[in-house]
Amino acid sequence: METKNIMIVGVGGQGTLLASKLLGRLLLGKGFDVKVSEVHGMSQRGGSVVTYVRWGDRVCSPIIDKGQADCILSFELLEAARYTEYVKPGGRIIVNSQQINPMPVIAGMAAYPENLVEKMAALDIQVDALDALSLAEEAGSSKAVNLVLMGRLAKHFDFTDEEWMGAIEQSVPSKFLELNKKAFELGRSA
Amino acid sequence: MKTLMLGNEAVARGLYEGGCSFVSSYPGTPSTEITECAAKYEELYAEWAPNEKVALEAAFGACLSGKRSFCAMKHVGLNVAADPLFTISYTGVHAGLVIGVADDAGMHSSQNEQDSRHYAQASKIPMLEPSDSAEALAFAKLAYELSEEFDTAVLLKMCTRVSHSQSVVETGERVLPAQKKYEKNPGKYIMMPANAKKRHPEVEARTKALTAWAETTKINRIEAGSDQSCGIITSSTCYQYVKEAFGDTYPVLKLGMIWPMPEQKIREFAAAVKRLVVVEELDGFIETHCRRLGLSVSGKDLFSNIGELSQNLVKEKLGGNVQAGAALDEVIPARPPVMCAGCPHRSIFYVLKKMNLTVLGDIGCYTLGAVQPLGAIDTTICMGASVSGLHGFVKAGDKESAGRTVAVIGDSTFMHSGVTGLINIAYNESNSTVIILDNSITGMTGHQQNPTTGYNLKGDPCAKIDLESLCHAVGIKRVRVVDPYDMEICQAVIAEELAAKEPSVIISRRPCALLKYVKHPGPICSDAEKCKGCKACMKIGCPAISMVDGKAKIDATLCVGCGVCEQLCKFDALGRAE
Repeated sequence: METKNIMIVGVGGQGTLLASKLLGRLLLGKGFDVKVSEVHGMSQRGGSVVTYVRWGDRVCSPIIDKGQADCILSFELLEAARYTEYVKPGGRIIVNSQQINPMPVIAGMAAYPENLVEKMAALDIQVDALDALSLAEEAGSSKAVNLVLMGRLAKHFDFTDEEWMGAIEQSVPSKFLELNKKAFELGRSA
Repeated sequence: MKTLMLGNEAVARGLYEGGCSFVSSYPGTPSTEITECAAKYEELYAEWAPNEKVALEAAFGACLSGKRSFCAMKHVGLNVAADPLFTISYTGVHAGLVIGVADDAGMHSSQNEQDSRHYAQASKIPMLEPSDSAEALAFAKLAYELSEEFDTAVLLKMCTRVSHSQSVVETGERVLPAQKKYEKNPGKYIMMPANAKKRHPEVEARTKALTAWAETTKINRIEAGSDQSCGIITSSTCYQYVKEAFGDTYPVLKLGMIWPMPEQKIREFAAAVKRLVVVEELDGFIETHCRRLGLSVSGKDLFSNIGELSQNLVKEKLGGNVQAGAALDEVIPARPPVMCAGCPHRSIFYVLKKMNLTVLGDIGCYTLGAVQPLGAIDTTICMGASVSGLHGFVKAGDKESAGRTVAVIGDSTFMHSGVTGLINIAYNESNSTVIILDNSITGMTGHQQNPTTGYNLKGDPCAKIDLESLCHAVGIKRVRVVDPYDMEICQAVIAEELAAKEPSVIISRRPCALLKYVKHPGPICSDAEKCKGCKACMKIGCPAISMVDGKAKIDATLCVGCGVCEQLCKFDALGRAE
């Protein structure tokens, strides 16, 4: 099969690494060749962070280049807009509509662009926006945004319930398992 | 068992399987997780050393005692460890010694993008370069065999994309090598001139023997291609970009050992293709070797020696077609990293900026004090350079410079190489004011313990360096401790110490806001009625505060309630909920 590519983007500290870990486990369990490329270090301090998840028969490069992503899973609105060039023509962006102001905006040196969802949808991209923060809070914790978004991703990919639940159980502490499963369900059904 | 592992985790697994027993490292992105993962194996002793030179010397001592040993560092750490490196090349090893070094092309989290491959050539130590996690594991094990067979330390070169990518590995069992005991051998281990003169020819002979090994080893392999019009020599993550871009179209010579390089194999490969191209990141290291062999080759004429490469770049430069997706016609504001909400460094930088001081900075999270709106730092060079630089700045500068210049350095960085600079300040009597930002952890690399925290790498309680006593002991009489959250006192103490006619150290002490044991009082509330929109609270660059409709608004999911903004508000609009 042709290699599939998902980029997970967001703001350092939002929990993007857990999402990629979960996805990596699921894909390996299905017998694919998998590569997951992460960013550690400085940008984890509130900077723009990107994780690449790739799977197929044989995956070579650990990164996804412009025009190659089947899907971007974005934890924040501006970060989705930053990476539209990476999406394949006709590809998808799943985006948490939450806005987190970057420091240049906070400091008054730049403006947060308006109507980004509409502008992205005007490109050759299928945009699926949701308020993952509210759904996470509904599930019990604002920290569960990552599981809400994984749930939304599940809508668009052909993996079984069993596969998802197995990966979730392996990736989150048992103390928060029920909360995270609920967040996943809310993301999938919203 | 098949499992997904980070490149760094796979190196640690390779150390485990390869019978390594001793690991000593200093954290540095992108190398840190090698040592953290190694520490999870009970059979392996692993520690954080105060710096890379100490780590390498400790690892050398361990190999001398008969145990396979290892140390890891980032590229700039190898500069610190370069002194032992060049002489360990002469002594060789007793049990195997492997040195992990991780480059950071693209400078994701570094102050330069030096190419560590030059160290292999300069120190005449062989260097292996894995291209994914499976190779990282295999090469770590192979490195010990090479080390003992050829009586040499071996460099294992990682890079950000190999260190921080997870790929599939198959794990095996730990195999311990035959037991060795220390054997006294003055001619081999005492590198005074008479002995070193005898060792140098051995080093040259070893390089010849390793070059012969490079001709036949399977890790330098030729992969056939369907189109001989172009042949590509490559290694590391660039190999993956080449295969991604062209699959099995062009023949590839994939080098797993980057120094010394084979000669015959390269010549044979070159002779079979019409055009020879080297694809490598940063400097034209392989390319230069090919030119030395008299080959006609392309490399840095196509690919920049700045930043990272990618599959699209490789494809495009070699005549392939690439298609980017659609960009938004919109200015997307950058999102640089920032100090976290509640970071104890923030308020100190606000005070330093307010006092209009020249600030010599150092390496750590607090480098972010250079970012607007704080913009409080004047220099950042390398670990420890703030303290030693301050001495020179104050000594050589005009009369006023001592009263308006400070150095800022974190606790871990101070232990790494700040203390030697402080000794120089005391010994050569400069009227310097050093601020140690003691957040009780090594922050930027992701919370590693250090000699000031009272815990070791395994998390066990251990001896704790007392910073105040240490400063007194090296000859600094004026040592003050402040809480950075109290800006009024901080400013008063900094002013007093700058005015003092002798050197001083101010320890700004409060643990990193992200540490799990730190209890926060809960978010600050903003009162829109009282807020005049003066933006005084915006000057600290806190990610939890923004202006909404002309009024300060606090993001309660981010705010931890440090209260620094409260101290800036003249209108009582910010405060804790009653």
